Amino acid sequence: MGSISLQKVSKVFGEAKVIPSIDLDINNGEFVVFVGPSGCGKSTLLRLIAGLEDVSGGKVVIDGKDATDAAPSERGLAMVFQSYALYPHMSVRNNIAFPLKMAGMPKEEIDKKVSDAARVLNLTDYLERKPRQLSGGQRQRVAIGRAIVRQPSAFLFDEPLSNLDAALRVNMRLEISELHQQLKTTMIYVTHDQVEAMTMADKIVVLNRGNIEQVGSPLELYRSPRNLFVAGFIGSPKMNLISGDYARAQNAATIGIRPEHVSLSTSDGDWRGTVTVAEHLGSDTFLHVNADGVGPITVRAGGEFGVKHGDTVFITPDKSRMHRFDDKGLAIPAAA
Amino acid sequence: MAPKDWNGASFTRTVPEWAAECLSGFGGLFFTRERALPSKNFRSGLAMATLHTRSAARLMMAPSVLLLLAWMIIPLAMTIYFSFLRYNLLMPGMEEYAGFSNYSYFLTDPAFFTAIANTLLIVVGVLLITVVGGILFALLLDQPMFGQGIVRILVIAPFFVMPTVSALVWKNMFMNPVNGLFAWIAKSFGFQPIDWFASVPLFSIIIIVAWQWLPFATLIMLTALQSLDEEQKEAAEMDGAGAFSKFFYIILPHMARAITVVVLIQTIFLLSVFAEILVTTNGGPGIQSTNLTYLVYAQALLQFDIGGASAGGIVAVILANIVAFFLVRLIGKNLEA
Ligand SMILES: Nc1ncnc2c1ncn2[C@@H]1O[C@H](COP(=O)(O)OP(=O)(O)OP(=O)(O)O)[C@@H](O)[C@H]1O
Ligand SMILES: [Mg+2]
Repeated sequence: MGSISLQKVSKVFGEAKVIPSIDLDINNGEFVVFVGPSGCGKSTLLRLIAGLEDVSGGKVVIDGKDATDAAPSERGLAMVFQSYALYPHMSVRNNIAFPLKMAGMPKEEIDKKVSDAARVLNLTDYLERKPRQLSGGQRQRVAIGRAIVRQPSAFLFDEPLSNLDAALRVNMRLEISELHQQLKTTMIYVTHDQVEAMTMADKIVVLNRGNIEQVGSPLELYRSPRNLFVAGFIGSPKMNLISGDYARAQNAATIGIRPEHVSLSTSDGDWRGTVTVAEHLGSDTFLHVNADGVGPITVRAGGEFGVKHGDTVFITPDKSRMHRFDDKGLAIPAAA
Repeated sequence: MAPKDWNGASFTRTVPEWAAECLSGFGGLFFTRERALPSKNFRSGLAMATLHTRSAARLMMAPSVLLLLAWMIIPLAMTIYFSFLRYNLLMPGMEEYAGFSNYSYFLTDPAFFTAIANTLLIVVGVLLITVVGGILFALLLDQPMFGQGIVRILVIAPFFVMPTVSALVWKNMFMNPVNGLFAWIAKSFGFQPIDWFASVPLFSIIIIVAWQWLPFATLIMLTALQSLDEEQKEAAEMDGAGAFSKFFYIILPHMARAITVVVLIQTIFLLSVFAEILVTTNGGPGIQSTNLTYLVYAQALLQFDIGGASAGGIVAVILANIVAFFLVRLIGKNLEA
């Protein structure tokens, strides 16, 4: 079991209204990612769910029971912190065993659970070490181990990968996704990295200034962002946003077109422009083009597209993949 | 404790290291030199590159090392010299070599054993009170509360009061059996007031000294407490640790280093408590509150026996080193990162 529902949850720190009012339903077994720019209240929201902060208003319902006033340990949730928060003076074994020990479980049972968790997480050889004798990735796994032995009804992750290097991050991302497949436990995962959000989530919650901008599956958000903020936030490189005459001609205040939905040619096309920067990534090339009468446009071209700074190119947006936004920044449905 | 950047790191001594060295006294000098050098494999790895730097560094350290050495050696040597003389201020010009007789008098004096016991009781008693009290105060002061800044300053204040002054304040204002606050409290509850310095002299001194050292312990414990990662406490909370488990499994181990520092530094000073005894009990009644320092003082300035007092001083130094040796072995490992 692990369904969580937030009902009109708000949080005020002194004068600052960090979270005005949030309603959100998280189903059992879902992998939900909170994503948003720094300072938008992701961590705060997670800590409200965990019970580490008290809500200023509204209700937190866990498994159908009102848990608004329950202590963190009574909520049956486990959290993995950004700093891992391992207990430095305890061995890996004792770190993982700690929640079980606190629950008063008999010793044999604890030993069994700890060695099971260690096996799943490839930590068996490190059980007697202290956290400071481990690498970042290993520490991360210990933190996860400490969370899974409790068999919580949901896991909460607060930017667990942000201290790891890029390669390890990709690895751990896969491991956490795999873990979710195995355990099928609800997971709530906070990140500001939209690649993590897109690759891991069943459901993404895009937050901005303490408000939910949109909730949906990664592809839903990619295909039909509800507003300019989501459009700009989801997708990498960012969607091109064009305002001005061209947008007005399409009956919109702003037009959005993703870099991958713009085709490129050296001979002819809708817009003519000069390449300012060409980023060759091998598999892809991102061209920053200054298009005449439209402004700067990012274009995703094939890997070995041989243009360089100063070249003149012609670009054509795919009209069927264009997003139109009104003057309030809300998406205009395609049918209208 | 292997220095990472030996040019920089090895010269900067942290407080605990300093304490450990002071404590180990003479031995400390040699410990220090050894520890100041990089670890073995580090040394072999960079031997060629740093050989030159190292001898240059030694050369530059030499003046201060020599000065410090002289500073310590001369008084110590004079004390040792006096301790082998029959040297009484009442009989000037009658000094003569006395062999170990000063030592044998001092060591067989029944007052000597009482003084050792009293010295250790003061050290242990004050340490117990200040460590436990310091932790409790630190926990209290760590809570957000109204007027936190002022309360913290007030708690630190006793540390700034001179030992003689605070001992007199305690003697006359609190522990006086007629006019003292404690007597007044006892009387207002209908009890017989305690004559502190007559009936429990050593305990009274322990209380006074503990009161003076409590701020120091509190301060060190408080900084340790504040350096505890907030997320660790929260993790423990989520793991189901109650207040007591959190304290014993998370907070106390985190403070181990601070506690060690407090114990080491305070031991140095507590082995030689003097002013508080002088202005309150004068070591009495009888010798009930005489510690080693006071015994040496009594020997030298009340009986004018410089030779005997010097022998006592040397014995005290040796005892302090024995205490330091065991202490560092016992808890010194807490200081290693
Ligand atoms: N204890 C607090 N007291 C006052 N303001 C706070 C407190 N904690 C957070 N805030 C404020 O609440 C806002 C949201 O903070 P939060 O930590 O939730 O951001 P975040 O989305 O997790 O950002 P990041 O991606 O940088 O971690 C910030 O503006 C922050 O300044
Ligand atoms: Mg955060």
